[in-house]
Amino acid sequence: MRIRYRRREALTGLSFIGIWIVGFLIFTCYPLFRTLWLSFNNVRITAEGIRTEFVGWKNYNDAIFLDPQFGDAVVTYFAETLAIVPVIVAFALIVALLLNERLRGRGLFRTIYFLPVVITSGPVLKQLMDQGATTLPGIRDIIEMSRLEETLPELLADLITYLLTSFITILWFSGVQMLIFLAGLQKLDASLYEAASIDGASRWESFWKLTLPAINPMIVVNMVYTVVMQSVFLLNPVIELIQKAMHDPKYGMGYSAALAWIYFLVMLVLLALFVFIARQRESNR
Amino acid sequence: MIWVSRGTVDKVKRIVWGLGGEGLVFKLLVYFLLTLIGFVYLYPMFYMVTYSFMDTEDLIDPLVTWIPSGLYWDNFAKAIRVIDFHRTLWQNILVSFLPAAIQTVSAAVIGYGFARFRIPGKPVLFALVLATFIIPPQITMIPQFLMFRELGLIGSIFSYLIPAALGQGFKSGLFILIFYQFFRTIPKALEEAAQIDGAGAFRVFATICVPMAVPAFIISFLFSMVWYWNETTLAALYLDGQLKTLPLQLQNFAAAFQKMFPADPNYQTGQNLNEAILMAGTLLSMIPLLVVYFFTQRWFVESIERTGITGE
Repeated sequence: MRIRYRRREALTGLSFIGIWIVGFLIFTCYPLFRTLWLSFNNVRITAEGIRTEFVGWKNYNDAIFLDPQFGDAVVTYFAETLAIVPVIVAFALIVALLLNERLRGRGLFRTIYFLPVVITSGPVLKQLMDQGATTLPGIRDIIEMSRLEETLPELLADLITYLLTSFITILWFSGVQMLIFLAGLQKLDASLYEAASIDGASRWESFWKLTLPAINPMIVVNMVYTVVMQSVFLLNPVIELIQKAMHDPKYGMGYSAALAWIYFLVMLVLLALFVFIARQRESNR
Repeated sequence: MIWVSRGTVDKVKRIVWGLGGEGLVFKLLVYFLLTLIGFVYLYPMFYMVTYSFMDTEDLIDPLVTWIPSGLYWDNFAKAIRVIDFHRTLWQNILVSFLPAAIQTVSAAVIGYGFARFRIPGKPVLFALVLATFIIPPQITMIPQFLMFRELGLIGSIFSYLIPAALGQGFKSGLFILIFYQFFRTIPKALEEAAQIDGAGAFRVFATICVPMAVPAFIISFLFSMVWYWNETTLAALYLDGQLKTLPLQLQNFAAAFQKMFPADPNYQTGQNLNEAILMAGTLLSMIPLLVVYFFTQRWFVESIERTGITGE
């Protein structure tokens, strides 16, 4: 009787999630492996259909060793993401802490800070960037004055310039993370802070000793979210190359598929790195 | 000499610095920071709005930086023609509202299934749901594109609708997670009562759980709609120019402008593409979402508290 009930429950459950399983197999699982397979082939689209010719690791070899554009783009993507994710997460946390104070007009500030999440699309951001609307006036002068390029290694100088000039973009990408932090902060127990302050802890100390440990899970979530958002964003140069290769008869879809897989693996490395760092912090305590 | 009692000093100190963040200076500092950050956030918007009203002379004139000499609507008139605003707007609404609605419904069904039933292998399946959020669309788009091409669905809205209906739309994993969390917080007792009365699982879901999940539906729909609206990579590939969206039109703005207003060899002012027209186009492509946000912003900014997605 009990076993029959269990089986019926499982079947009913499957009737709900069945559509997902079918969709996953058709639109995610199969394409994932098909892309992997295509990446080892030379793919041409002819009038009769798709022609594939097995070429082994050639596409990967070409992408990594012979295509300077792609190599550069991946290195830049890796370095920029590594630099920008902690900045975005830290910024989101600071704003969330400020918004967590009991203030009038909190809702208005929230509305302003979240606005970019709604209106930002690749082309919109590109237009604004091209016009220089995403850099505060004055920041460019600072960069030119400080002559970063002469005193620092090139990659580092580029990164600092990138962080400064894309300052507004950083803010524009922190909306969802801010909300996640805010929700976490609001769940914290106020009596804990009272107790800490009676014991003589300053706000500064209670932030490091109470708040930060409590919201560590949200830091991990936000890091993952930010890496994913940065990685699928249209203005990412790697994505542009993948798309270009797809339609370019010189490269074809096989090559584009290899680029996509390399990109995915690099992204997974980044994700693993951030999760590892966050976990490390947790176990060190 | 004015004698100040120790108590008064303490009082003043408390008002200024405060104990638990109630101090005046502390509050002012927070307000100042929030306003400053708010300004930085809105700076590109201010920039865009003021530039979109400038005529050619304003653009050249170094004295005109923030306030244009007059409201020059011609930029908008041109941008509306270049973007083909009215037609594009309706198509954009079609390709964002419809997939969003379908994605929301399917995410609700799937999320409920995961939240309520004991299914063998559920942890693995749910991990895969979350994994679909991490997999970038670039890695699945080539086979999907080939598949849709074979089925003749390229350029049709069904290339959006079918994955959405099967829980594989844009960021579907996230929406399934939202419903999963939401349905888990609803007590089971009501459903059990209905079950005893003889209602089937789907009827219980549709008549009891769905009405309770209205906030989750609204939030999922809004986010989904905005993300479909702003999507360009897959839109360019799957819709193939048959259905246009405002972001896509903005992407091709310069080329479309040159085609519509060929560069005049005698260079007539105002005839060529300038940043004012570009900003007008950018603003135009944003306005519909700005309007939506104006009316629904509470649902956006309170989304995470309302759905309890961060877990308990």
